[in-house]
Amino acid sequence: MVSLLKNRGWIIGFIAAGVLFPFVLPNAYFLHILTLAFIWMIAVYGLNLLAGYTGYLSLAHAGFFAVGAYGLGLLTVKTGMNYWLALILACLITSAVGLVVGLVALRTREHFFAIYTLCVGYIIYLIIDKWDSLTGGVRGLIGIPEPSNIGPISFQTPISQYYLIFAFLLFTILVMYRIVHSLTGRTFIAIRNSEDLARTLGISTMKNKLMVFVLSAFFAGLAGALYASFIRFIGPDIGYITIIFDLLTYLLVGGIGTLAGPIVGTFLIVALSQSLQFLQDYRMLIFGPLLTLLIIFYPRGIAGAYHDWRLKRKSAQRTRPQKEQEYFETEESEKQVKEG
Amino acid sequence: MLMETKKLTKQFGGLTAVNDVDFTIEKGKINAIIGPNGAGKSTFFNLLSGTYTPSAGQVFYKGQDITKRPPDKIARLGVARTFQTTHLFEESTVLDNVIVGHRLRTSSNLWDAVFRTRRFKFEEKKCRDKAMEVLEFVELTHVMDEQAGSITQEEKKRVAFALALATDPEVVFLDEPTAGINPGETEGLASLMEKMVQRGITVCLIEHKMKMIMKLADKIMVLNYGEKIAEGTSEEIMNNQAVIEAYLGGGASA
Repeated sequence: MVSLLKNRGWIIGFIAAGVLFPFVLPNAYFLHILTLAFIWMIAVYGLNLLAGYTGYLSLAHAGFFAVGAYGLGLLTVKTGMNYWLALILACLITSAVGLVVGLVALRTREHFFAIYTLCVGYIIYLIIDKWDSLTGGVRGLIGIPEPSNIGPISFQTPISQYYLIFAFLLFTILVMYRIVHSLTGRTFIAIRNSEDLARTLGISTMKNKLMVFVLSAFFAGLAGALYASFIRFIGPDIGYITIIFDLLTYLLVGGIGTLAGPIVGTFLIVALSQSLQFLQDYRMLIFGPLLTLLIIFYPRGIAGAYHDWRLKRKSAQRTRPQKEQEYFETEESEKQVKEG
Repeated sequence: MLMETKKLTKQFGGLTAVNDVDFTIEKGKINAIIGPNGAGKSTFFNLLSGTYTPSAGQVFYKGQDITKRPPDKIARLGVARTFQTTHLFEESTVLDNVIVGHRLRTSSNLWDAVFRTRRFKFEEKKCRDKAMEVLEFVELTHVMDEQAGSITQEEKKRVAFALALATDPEVVFLDEPTAGINPGETEGLASLMEKMVQRGITVCLIEHKMKMIMKLADKIMVLNYGEKIAEGTSEEIMNNQAVIEAYLGGGASA
C-alpha cells in the first residue's frame, strides 16, 4: 500500500512537472527538444514491454517507428485523409506489420531473435529508401499536416502540440502501468523468467509473446506517427539502425523492465546530449564509457538500481534479527551432517 | 490409475534416451522414478509433461491420449511439475512469484487489464488468494513478502512446490525436489509430499536419495539406459538383482 502511495506521488509529480514546464521555462528550443523526448519515450515504452518485461530484445522497432511515421505521412499527404483517422490507421498498419514479423521472429529466441529483428528493421529501412514512387526515397516526404482541430482545440502552436504529445505519453504510461500490474503483465514476466516454466504453468507462450510484440509495435508506430506530424518532414533515416540503438540506450540507462526507466533514461540522455552539443560527435567519447560502466554496475539501469536499493533496505529492516538466528541454526545442522 | 505410458520412446538422433517404457501412475500415491545418472529420468518427465514429443508410444491421462499435446494444454488438464533448478524472479517477492501460478484458471485478458473490469478485479483477488493458500500449505507464509532472491535454497524448493500447487493440479511431477539441500530439510520436504497426497494430490518424483525414497514411495520404477529394469514396492526393488547390478556395477553396466 505504501509503495502504491509512493508511486502515486511520483506520477503526480511527473504530471505536474510536465504541465508546468512551458510556464516555468518558456523557451521554444527547450519545448521542441522536450516534445521530441516525449515521442521517444512512447517508443521506448513499447520496446520496454517486449524487451524488458517479456525478455525479447527486438531491434526492429526503428523500422516500426518508420512504418508508423510513413503510414501517417502517406495517408495524409497522398490521400488527404483526416489526420486523426490517419493516426489510428498508421498505428493499426504498424500493428499488422508487427503481427506478420512476430509470427516468424518469435519462433527464435535470445540472440537469434535480436539478429532476426535487426535484419527486419534494416529491410524496412531499405524498402522505404528504395521505393521511390511511394515514399519519395531519399528525398523524403514533405508537407505532412499538423494534427487537425478537435472541436475548438487546435494544434497549430508548439505549446499545444507539446501538450498533445504529453497527453499521448500519459496515455501510454497508463496503459503500461495497468498491463504490468495485472495478471497479463505477470504472465509476460513469467515468460521472461523461464519460458519452459511458464508453459508448464499452463501459459500459452506463443499467444502471449505475439500479443506483446503487436502491442509493442503499436506504440512504436504511434510514436512514429506523432513524430511525422510534429517534425512535418520525414526521410528514410528515421528507420535506420542508429535509431533503434538510441532507443535501446535510453531504455538501458533508465532501467530495462521498469516503469520509470523509459522516462528517466530518455530525459537524461537527451538532456546530456543537448548540453554537450558543443563537443559535436566527440560526445560519444563520454557516452560510451558511461554506458559501459552503468551496464556493469547497474544492469537494470537507474530506475532498477533505485528499486533494488529500496527493496533491500526494506527487507533488511524487517528481517535482520531473524536472519542471524537462522545462520547459527544452519551452521549447527551442518555440523550434525558432518558428524552423522 | 491416473496416468499411463505405453511403449514410450524418445530418441535424440542416434541416442535412445527412453526406450519402450510402460509405466502407470497410481492415483493418490507417491510414485517414484529412480536410476543412475543419465538413465533417462528427466527425459521421461519431459515426455509426460509435454515438454518433449515422444518418438514413439503414447501417454494417457485419465484414459485420454495426451501424447501430442503441448505442455500448457497438459497443465490445464491438471498436470503440474517442478524443475531441477528453480527459476524464480529474484527481484520480486515470493508472493508475487506464486500469483502467476493460478493464471491458467483465469481468463482475463489485455482488455480487462487496461480497463480494470470487474472480471479483472475478481480474478486478481482469486489468484492472490490462491497464492496465499498454497504458500500456507508449503509453510512459507513468513517469507511471503521477502525478495525471492534472498530466501534459502530449501525455501526456494518450497516456492517451486507452491507454484505447481497453485495450478490446481491432480498430479504433481517433482524433478529431484531435494537435490542440494541438507538431510533435515529433506525430511521436511518429504513430509510435505505426504501432506500433498493426504490432500488427494498424486505425486510422482525423481530422486537420488535412496533412503528417503524407500521410506516414502508407494511405488517405484527403476530406469537404466532408458529402459525400465524394475517396478514395484520398495521391498521388491531392494531385492531386485537387476537394480543391484545397475547401482553397484556388474555385468550389465561394465
